[in-house]
Order: sequence, then C-alpha cells, then structure tokens
Amino acid sequence: MAPAPAPAADRRRERTTHPGWFLLPALVVLAVFFVVPTVFNFVYAFTDWSSFKSEINAVGFDNFTQLAGNGTLFSSLRITLVYAVLVAIFQNVFGLALSVLLERDTALNRFARAAFFVPVLMSALAVGYIFQALLKPDGALNDVLGFFAGGEVSTPWLGDTTWTVVVVALIHAWKWMGLSMLIYLAGLKTMPEDILEAARMDGAPAWKAFWTIRFPLLAPAVTFSVATALLGSMNGFDIVQATTEGGPARTTEILNIFIYRTFGQGLFAQATTMSLVLFLMVALLAFPVIRMLRRREEIL
Amino acid sequence: MNGVTLRRRPPRERSAWSRLQPVVTVVLVAVLVGIPMWLVVMTAGKSQGEALSPNLTPPADWQLWENLNEVWDRGRIPSAFAGSLLVMVPAVAGVLVLGSMAAWVLARRTGRGYAVLYAAAISGIVLPPAVVTIVLLLRQLGLAGTAAGMIGVYAGIYLSTVIFFVTGFVRTIPLELEEAARVDGAKPFAVFVRIILPLLRPVLATATILICLYVWNDVFYAFFVLGGRLDTLPLNLFQVASAGLYLNNWHLIFMYVVLMSLPLLIVFVVAQRKIISGITSGAVK
Repeated sequence: MAPAPAPAADRRRERTTHPGWFLLPALVVLAVFFVVPTVFNFVYAFTDWSSFKSEINAVGFDNFTQLAGNGTLFSSLRITLVYAVLVAIFQNVFGLALSVLLERDTALNRFARAAFFVPVLMSALAVGYIFQALLKPDGALNDVLGFFAGGEVSTPWLGDTTWTVVVVALIHAWKWMGLSMLIYLAGLKTMPEDILEAARMDGAPAWKAFWTIRFPLLAPAVTFSVATALLGSMNGFDIVQATTEGGPARTTEILNIFIYRTFGQGLFAQATTMSLVLFLMVALLAFPVIRMLRRREEIL
Repeated sequence: MNGVTLRRRPPRERSAWSRLQPVVTVVLVAVLVGIPMWLVVMTAGKSQGEALSPNLTPPADWQLWENLNEVWDRGRIPSAFAGSLLVMVPAVAGVLVLGSMAAWVLARRTGRGYAVLYAAAISGIVLPPAVVTIVLLLRQLGLAGTAAGMIGVYAGIYLSTVIFFVTGFVRTIPLELEEAARVDGAKPFAVFVRIILPLLRPVLATATILICLYVWNDVFYAFFVLGGRLDTLPLNLFQVASAGLYLNNWHLIFMYVVLMSLPLLIVFVVAQRKIISGITSGAVK
C-alpha cells in the first residue's frame, strides 16, 4: 500500500498539487481538543486540583501513592483489564458464531442479521437498564428460570462480588456482537472461491475445513474486531454504570466509573490521575496487541 | 477426487444442518433479541404499579399515551432532541470535511514528515481522550457547557477514525484521475471538491453511520463537557433513570428508551441494506 519513494522533483511537485495547508484545520482541532487536554493530564495528575479550593498546587506523586496505598489503583486496573479481556472474548466468539450461522444469503438470515444489529444501534445506557430489569432478583430471567425449574428462583445476577463482572461483560458483548458479526461476514464473503472449492474437493468434514482453511483466512477480520473490542471496552462506562454503578462492593468499578464518581465528588486531581493511568495503560497495551495480532496474520 | 466421494459425505450433513439452521436462527433471534425488546415495549405500556417489578407479561391495560406524556415533560424530550441534533450534525459534518481534506493530502504526500503526521493523527483511534482536563480547558476557553465545546470534543475524538478510513480509501483511487483534471488547469481545492470528494461517498457514508451512532448515544463525554447545562437525549435518560430507579419508575425509563431509540431505528429500517453493506465493505479495508 505504501507509495514508492518519490524522487526529489516529484516531491517538490507534490507541494503544489497536494498542499500541506489542507491538513491545518484537522490538526488544529486535534491539537486543541485532544493533544492539549492529554498534556494537561500529565500536569494536573501531580496537583491538588479540586472543587474545594481555588488555588492549585503541585503535590508530586501524592495522588499516585494515595491511590496505590488504599488499593484503588490496582483493583481498578485489574478490573478494567479483566473486563476488557472478557468482552473481547465473548464479543468475538458470539460474532464469529453468528456470522457462520447466518452466512448464506437467505431472507431469514438477512432478517436475523438486521435483528442482531439492533443492539448496536441502541444507546449503551439503555441496554444497561434493560438488562438491569431482566436480571433483578425478581426480574424476568429468574421468572423464566423459575417456570422451568418449577419453583422460585431469585439469583442476584448483578449482586455477586465474583461473577457480576462476567455478567456485565456478557451484556457488553451482547450489545456489540452484531458489529463483530458483520466484520466476520465481510471476511467470509470475500474469500477466494477456488480455495473453498479445493477444500470441498478434499471431502474434509465441514467443521474441519472451516478451522483449517477458512478461519486462518479470517485473520485480518479477527485483528480488527479483537483490537476494537479490547480497546473499546477498556474505555467503557455506560453499561457498567447502568447495570451496577461499579458495585457490588466496587467489584465492577472499571477506571471510567471511578473517574466519573470522583469527578462528581469534586476530587478533580484524583480523577485526572486515573484518567492518566487509563491513557498509559491503553497506550502501553494498544501497540503490542495490534502488533501481535498483525504478526499472527502474517504467519497464517 | 471422483464424483462419488465428492457427493457422498457433505449432502447428508448439509441437509440435516440446512433443515436445522432456520430453527436455530429463529430461536436465537427470539431469545437474544426478542425477549429484551419485548420487555422494553411491554413495560413502556404499563402503569407504575404494574411496572414495579418488570416482567414479560403484557400490561393489563395499555398506558402508552399517558406514559409518553409524562416522560415527554419530565425528560424534556423536545429540548433534549434539539440538543442532540444541535451537537451531532455539526460534529459529524465537521469531522467528515476536515478529516477528508487531511486524509487526501496524507495519502498522497510521500515525505517522512507526513508519515509521522499520519501516525500521530490516527493514534486517537485507540488512545482514550482526557475527559477530566478537557473540562478545565473548555472553562479556560469559555466553552464549558456549550454546544460549541461539545462539538469540538467530539470532533477531536472522532477525527482520527475518519482520517484512518479515508486515507486507506484515497490510496485506492488512481492518481491519473487527478492528473486529468490538473491538466485542465484545476487548482488543488477544485481537484479535491470535484474529483476526490464524490469518489469518497461510500467510505464517508460508513463513517457517518458509525460516528452518528457514537455521538447520538454518548453519555460519558457529554456528562463531563455539558454538565447538565445543555439537554441531550442520553443525558436526560440518565437523569430520568437515576431518579426513576430510586422511585422504581421502570415504565418511564423504558418509554424513554423507546423514544430515544426510534429515530436511529427508523433510519436503520429504511436504509438497512445500505448500512449493513457499507459497514461490511468499510471493515475489510
């Protein structure tokens, strides 16, 4: 894809045919609304900025030592990572399964694809409230389970300190699985016909042909879908806020929930510190994750 | 490799599966999408007493109109709808125009400096925005709580996405198309508007859908930037729900969910084919 190195004359000509000032408006917007706040993050995380007093003083690493000291820093980091990994797994497994199920272009399949895309269109906040209602101890899911079990079921799906993070990750995956499904469908549809034909001629069972021949060809789609799911859910907020608000006992408190809560309490410096932690975590993880997935693409 | 082995195994598997596949599909759609949607619509039609613990039974008598009236006032739907549009339309139009301009030059220029600029410009796809210090900056600029501030923040967040998608697309457009116009004496701006922009339509359509989706449904950034000084649909849902959960007003929450989801849902039903094929073709790039 990369353009071949151009001789100096060509490069001089480019200057008149594709002038650099076309970049200017976009770069100004990016600088003002993205870069400057990010730079501020690195400054105000080391201050005592809050809503309680007007002056702002430098305090060194106090915010970090305080957040690390009471355990919030590492528990929020751990929960965010666990949540993101769970979402990435669930969303891609569901999306891939749906794409294989709905691959053929029948009327029913087209309808089903549209139906599974509806949650993608909905607000994540709304999705959270729907599942809160479904999963309450006296909610609809327990009613249905009780009907089949022939007795009262009152499992507090969103009230378990160990498993609720898994339930919330499942809800997140439910909302976005339609998008992964479309990405995988696009990958399946663009596969070269002759390779598939060769697989069919070998007479291998369908599932084996899928895993050995078609799945490896999906590698670019996997890269895209896994990376977006992983990085998107690290930056998640709405679904957790609408289902558990970080509870029970703060076991689903991902970084953005903490930032939202402490900001609301007027503790701006602590919120900024966590915002910086999130930025550093994503920055540190994004590039290795994308590189790893890309390398897998090349091997397969 | 002869015709016999070719036909022997797959047909039996295939026929069993091809009879089972529609059943599995219908059951999955009904359980995974049908039940949650059913719950929303049924609860939105119930009285407060009936909706106290939301379940799948249909309402004893439908109160859709009463609930709609109540949520219309309490959730300030007209002003929230106007606020959402006021923010979304300029933000999306802005990122598309500025993003395509930048992407065109980034795709065509070959210098090292431009490669670095491109990497920097698309890094916003993965890096999370600094939500807390954005508020500080907007206060200093006098834009805190305003639509202009919100538009700027969304533009800053989603420009990277547009630049990434469009740059990839521009590289597939042959340079000769531009050359032909240049020979006729067209200036860069004219080349961009007359030749490049029309060709970008499919990729811009995909970007529009995705960014509209994100902006229309965003509550996190809006909470920090607007802080209750401008109504948007998700912010007001959050408000109604935060008060509603405490009072167990599930009927109002779900009526709001219905109203808020309808605009995007209608657009989707009308343009369904285009949207799905737009997203799939955008994703394989």
